[in-house]
Amino acid sequence: MTRPSTSSIAADRLVSDARAERGSILELIALHKSYGPLDVLKGIDLKVKPGEMVFLIGPSGSGKSTLLRCCNRLEEPTSGAVIVEGEDITAPSVDLNKARRRIGMVFQSFNLYPHKTALGNVTLALVKVSRLSRAAAREKAMAALADVGLADKAAAYPAELSGGQQQRVAIARALALEPKVMLFDEPTSALDPELVGDVLDVMRKVRAAGMTMLVVSHEMRFAAEAADRVVFMDGGVIVEEGPPSAVFGAPREARTQAFLSRVKH
Amino acid sequence: MDEAATTMTPGERFIETYFNAAVMERYLPAILDGFVVTLQLAVLVVVSGILLGLALACLRAYRVRPLNVLIVCFADILRALPPLVLILIAYFGLPNVGVSLSAFAVIWIVLTLALAAFAEEIFWAGILSVAPGQWQAARSTGLSFTQTLLSVILPQAVRLTVPPLTNRAIAVTKSTALGMVIGLSDVLGAATTAQSFSGSATPLMMAAIAYVILFLPFVVVARWLESRFKWRHA
Repeated sequence: MTRPSTSSIAADRLVSDARAERGSILELIALHKSYGPLDVLKGIDLKVKPGEMVFLIGPSGSGKSTLLRCCNRLEEPTSGAVIVEGEDITAPSVDLNKARRRIGMVFQSFNLYPHKTALGNVTLALVKVSRLSRAAAREKAMAALADVGLADKAAAYPAELSGGQQQRVAIARALALEPKVMLFDEPTSALDPELVGDVLDVMRKVRAAGMTMLVVSHEMRFAAEAADRVVFMDGGVIVEEGPPSAVFGAPREARTQAFLSRVKH
Repeated sequence: MDEAATTMTPGERFIETYFNAAVMERYLPAILDGFVVTLQLAVLVVVSGILLGLALACLRAYRVRPLNVLIVCFADILRALPPLVLILIAYFGLPNVGVSLSAFAVIWIVLTLALAAFAEEIFWAGILSVAPGQWQAARSTGLSFTQTLLSVILPQAVRLTVPPLTNRAIAVTKSTALGMVIGLSDVLGAATTAQSFSGSATPLMMAAIAYVILFLPFVVVARWLESRFKWRHA
């Protein structure tokens, strides 16, 4: 894990080329996370290819959300590596704020800034982090809001939007930064059932545009239809993974079968 | 004189005591000078006390252990001490260690520290009350800790702190009247001087009116701020 400090930029590039050849844009290596004596993640290895949509499913407490939050270090991994485009973002030398621009995140509870309009929510990081001019940020933010179908709500405050609209603004906020990977943490769990569809439509559109997506969700039907790969987690480890047809249609592991039968009731 | 007093109705005696026109005219300039001093102190204390409190609460957000211990000690001690004790210690004690401050400076500094202690606690409570998801969302877009604090957290925290902060600011600012005990020529200082020279309670009533004129706008502005900073809801 520790790279020789003498490694030149060229050598680093070799490492990243090698990773690119293996075809992963996001790679988790032996990821562990513990809170005191409680081991939440017990050694996760996962590779996500560019443009791939990977669903993380599993019972609550299985570590899905923690895994997702380790990918942009909102949770600090106890050990292991998170490689994004060939760069280990757990390295001490990494500029975390810069790295996070490449990793968009969407939260269960939207987490829009209540004191800013939809437009203000999207432009904030464009101005402060990407250092765009106000006009350029505005243009980009309006394009992102149009992508999620909310250009007409640019001037609305979060309190004036439905849950589904808020979540779509949150997706626009992340997309506007042009991330390489998008993390979705139960994006529809806090929504009324009739509002789920709009958010899923936006996610389909994002996927169609070639975005790499790692999704924690309980929308099994959506996973079956849209995911390239489904990863079943339980007890802090990956139990089983494969294309949705395999995991949902013919799960190999007993734990997967038990979970799916409970979900499908 | 006795005859005049006995022929007065109670109402006339009240007017004679508290609203004596001759006394009013005589001491109005002194009271007005005091009014200016109190006004200057009030504005200075509010501005510097709130800014210092805000700065301390922001520093505390970085959670540097030794620094936070100092901030908490400062806030707790200054909230526990009556300002008058500090005013007396500063005014009568400091010259002995070679620091001579004017009565004006002592009042300004002590009340600034007292307001800052309360303001720090109020701002800190406001910062803590902002949902953790706000930090996470902002940090996930690459905003630094400081950018998140300034652009996302503080604007929300400050809205929550407006009502308790304005109340506290008014309470502390009224303590400028304590300047009287160290000879400050503020409204109350000027009034008590005038009262002892004239033997009339009228200057004290003038001071009371001056305080109302001075602080009523504060209270009204506070009320306006409270409604202005309420959440915009659909």
